[in-house]
Amino acid sequence: MEKENLVEILRQHPFLHQLPDDHMQLLVGCAMNVRFHDGERLVTEGQLANKFFLIRSGRVALEAEFSGRGNIRIQTVGAGEVLGWSWLISPFRWHFSGVAVTDVRAISLDGECLRNKCETDKGFGYEMLKRFATVMERRLDATRLQLFDIYGMTNIGVGS
Amino acid sequence: MSEGNLQTVATDAMIPHPVTVRKVIWENDDTFTLTLDVNGVPDGFSFLPGQFNMLYVYGVGEAAISISSDPTKKATLEHTIHRVGTITTALSNKKRGDVIGIRGPFGSSWPLDVAQGKDVCIVTGGIGLAPLRPVIYSLLKQREEYGRIIILYGGRSPLDLLYRVELERWEDEKNVEVLVTVDRGDSSWKGHIGVVTSLFSYIKLDTQNTVAYVCGPEIMMKYTIDELERRGLGPDQVFLSMERNMKCAVGFCGHCQYGPTFICKDGPVFPLPRIRSLFDRKEL
Repeated sequence: MEKENLVEILRQHPFLHQLPDDHMQLLVGCAMNVRFHDGERLVTEGQLANKFFLIRSGRVALEAEFSGRGNIRIQTVGAGEVLGWSWLISPFRWHFSGVAVTDVRAISLDGECLRNKCETDKGFGYEMLKRFATVMERRLDATRLQLFDIYGMTNIGVGS
Repeated sequence: MSEGNLQTVATDAMIPHPVTVRKVIWENDDTFTLTLDVNGVPDGFSFLPGQFNMLYVYGVGEAAISISSDPTKKATLEHTIHRVGTITTALSNKKRGDVIGIRGPFGSSWPLDVAQGKDVCIVTGGIGLAPLRPVIYSLLKQREEYGRIIILYGGRSPLDLLYRVELERWEDEKNVEVLVTVDRGDSSWKGHIGVVTSLFSYIKLDTQNTVAYVCGPEIMMKYTIDELERRGLGPDQVFLSMERNMKCAVGFCGHCQYGPTFICKDGPVFPLPRIRSLFDRKEL
């Protein structure tokens, strides 16, 4: 895919909303268009996290392996969302596995390539960190809500 | 209204009418839908979406339960009930032909008039879909009067989801988007996993032209309000259904007091500005 086309696709992704042009040029050098089929694994828990994905279409399930209970699906990420921030945080290992539950189109971004650019251009690095911090904050909120098991208790809308 | 009239109204509202159980359908392990034959209720039985009834199991007690059926169907009423206590367990044991008591309908309704010509975003979780089901029926019956209908629904697991056949049917309707998510799913579940607010990532709201109806656990509604506000919906565009234990259902006993309001007669459906300040207050 030509670089111009890739930039256009990246611009449309909500995670990169209003990213300055110079930062976009840095990013696109580490980007690649990818596709996965339903059931295909994108990342594997425990392995080196050397990339992340901007999902364009389809859905990916995040799974954690629990001893004796097999793989537990914790969350799905879909179009317009980001999969993976372990590439940013040492020791750069995936904490979950990611499996496509539909056909998936995404942009894959090389983690090592990006880390180097973040170190060299601190402004770019800070911009990336801010955007990932927002994603992390939203996921943390969602996880808290999920932990409450909120649907278990009462007859909603009235007394019981 | 004179004191005498007030007494008459109050007395009538406190007398349950006997009605016959026509059908019991289990939606999941602990939630069931009770269909009641209300043909014998004097003057018929009309209700507005969002209202509730007091269901009385003779010798056991009464519980306030939202009406979950189509408001245009006058012969029967449906209530979807989560089996959590003595009364709801007694209701769950009822069979076709059994008789229970009913008082109602009570409370405020979802204001469909403010949504005319606009998009409607319904955000709900768990059994919170039950009081919104009559809204969905009403919107679909007068489809041309509303814009897009967006239904965001969260459940504990795929097996806990209510009205699964209807959810699929609604999704097939023109200009209706139904997004369902669960807190826990296994490998057979191909849908979304995550909290209901995560579904906002997948829709685009015309924020100036959308009315939101929200019903679910209070903490879910709190996060939903945050998300709606973040996306630009004003408080006047948001309506919620609240829950408290009820006894009289007509504003006399005070069991369901919520700040300066009673859920039974001022609610259960409130415009957000009316209860916004109460929402974060503890022990209310």
